[in-house]
Amino acid sequence: MSVATKPKLAVYKFASCDGCQLSLLDCEDELLAVAGEVEIANFPEASRAVAPGPYDVSLVEGSITTAHDAERIQQVRKESRVVVTIGACATAGGIQALRNFKDVREFISLVYARPEYIQTLATSTAIADHIPVDFELRGCPINKYQLIELISALLRGRKPNIPKHSVCMECKFRGTVCMTVARGTMCLGPVTQAGCGAICPSFDRGCYGCFGPKETPNTSSLSAWLKDNGDKRPDELVRAFRGFNAWADAFRKESEAHE
Amino acid sequence: MKILERNNFHRLFDVLKESGFDIIGPTLQDQAIVYDHLEGVEDLPEGWTDEQAPGKYRVKKRNDKALFGYVVGPTSWKKFLYPPRQKLWSAQKAGSGFEVAAEEGVPQKMAFLGVRSCELAAIAVQDKIFCGGSFVDPHYKKRRENVFLAAVNCAEPKGTCFCVSMNTGPRALGGLDLSLTEMIEGERHYFFLRSGSAEGEKVLSRLPLKDAEGGQQKKEDALLEEARRHMGRAMDTRDIKRLLYDNPDHPQWDKAAERCLSCANCTMACPTCFCSTVEDVSDLTGEHAERWRKWDSCFSLEFSYIHGGNVRQSTKGRYRQWMTHKLASWQDQFGTSGCVGCGRCISWCPAGIDITEEVKAIRADQPARAESP
Repeated sequence: MSVATKPKLAVYKFASCDGCQLSLLDCEDELLAVAGEVEIANFPEASRAVAPGPYDVSLVEGSITTAHDAERIQQVRKESRVVVTIGACATAGGIQALRNFKDVREFISLVYARPEYIQTLATSTAIADHIPVDFELRGCPINKYQLIELISALLRGRKPNIPKHSVCMECKFRGTVCMTVARGTMCLGPVTQAGCGAICPSFDRGCYGCFGPKETPNTSSLSAWLKDNGDKRPDELVRAFRGFNAWADAFRKESEAHE
Repeated sequence: MKILERNNFHRLFDVLKESGFDIIGPTLQDQAIVYDHLEGVEDLPEGWTDEQAPGKYRVKKRNDKALFGYVVGPTSWKKFLYPPRQKLWSAQKAGSGFEVAAEEGVPQKMAFLGVRSCELAAIAVQDKIFCGGSFVDPHYKKRRENVFLAAVNCAEPKGTCFCVSMNTGPRALGGLDLSLTEMIEGERHYFFLRSGSAEGEKVLSRLPLKDAEGGQQKKEDALLEEARRHMGRAMDTRDIKRLLYDNPDHPQWDKAAERCLSCANCTMACPTCFCSTVEDVSDLTGEHAERWRKWDSCFSLEFSYIHGGNVRQSTKGRYRQWMTHKLASWQDQFGTSGCVGCGRCISWCPAGIDITEEVKAIRADQPARAESP
């Protein structure tokens, strides 16, 4: 493929920690191959050289938290053929969506000496709440192998192998013993989408739900079980579901049910 | 029937290793007794047992030094015969076309040590699925042909066991190379051994064995009879096919769906569940592609995706599909039940759904039916 016909890739940042776009730079072994197949046209975190749009693929990180960003995202959509949102901020509002459960003006008045300088929206919301999105890549942060898989699939025009089933299946694939059953550990695996490779349970930690709700999540059944068998109090359940994907519909409703 | 003393038990490992087998058996890992590669007797969970209930599994110390004093854990042998992820073939771009390379690796000879009777039944079920019909799965067959099965009779069933109901235990009968019964009588610790195949006979012939004395058979019979009477659970399987076929709209399915997480743990833990999906993967350059087979589950939405959408949208539909297949339509499909009574789906369900209780609930309000002809 000649340079002139390489698809153009852009990377955009909204309210986020940069961790997800850094996953692209973290691709080390595959990064050269990525650079060989696509023109990295707009990626300020990696290079100051910015080629003008339109772009074939735009990776969008971060959530919408300001009026300015709500406008900026419209422009991203206009100049991108395919928009892929990456990470929990972009797909669910991120950890900063905790503000959605409270009054953000109160926070501002407590935190900033001159609150009048701060312009922000009352909520932190997913990109898909503002523009049509072609694919959402979950995770906090995203998994770099899923990112490579997605880019490879987009380049070949095939379906990406990004499952929507539970983390439990990944534990079973790798032979990790179920901690909930064998120890009574609180774990969001049964309601969380796979993709991380079930890292936490393999390090003796229950799943924190970084990849957000799986397809058809039965959060109320999991809560009932945690209450009855794991002695979890309602406030612990609220905190469990209010992580990086607190504003994802299924997790939001479940945490509100225990408030 | 022969006797192998505990202090000679390591010889079994030696003989199996000398015969070229990679020994796989129970070992203590992450607070559970799992199946993994074993180097020697010291890798067995000596002096450990397990306690099992719906959604609950705990390992505990025993007050003796039994090597096999527990039942089945989270792993099943299918992991070794039918791995969770398997590359089927790969393709490399060549000129205007591509070249396909099959995955031709010859699997290592494996000896499964400590296979329980329910698990022998499960292996027989999967043999039928993968090798019994007109289409033989070459990947499964290649592994299966190289496996030596050393079974252990179950003396202490646990809370979620119901092999007696499914007619698969507790005594390990056919389809094995070797069977063992562990005996502990005060200070004396030994094993009854029997061979079940020519390969098993060869292994036996190389072990320091004694002949069992008269009356010892009775001891073994008594032990297994005791086990038979202590099943943690029971399932009434009479006319079960009709029971489930007649009740697709029973309210119990809704109750199960309220609890069901559709997490797929039951199907992953089940030793007979065999469903898979196939993934085609291409690399960034598009020069190299691979086809992989991965375990899948009727509890995932994608599993029932056909043109136009997912056939089983509701968790109720998925749970009903799984249980009805396992206990009823499996019989039409393979001439046997898909359930062997090992209890894994009960213990390893994070919501503690109990298949025996589900059957009971559906059966409970059935009108008395005339005996089928």
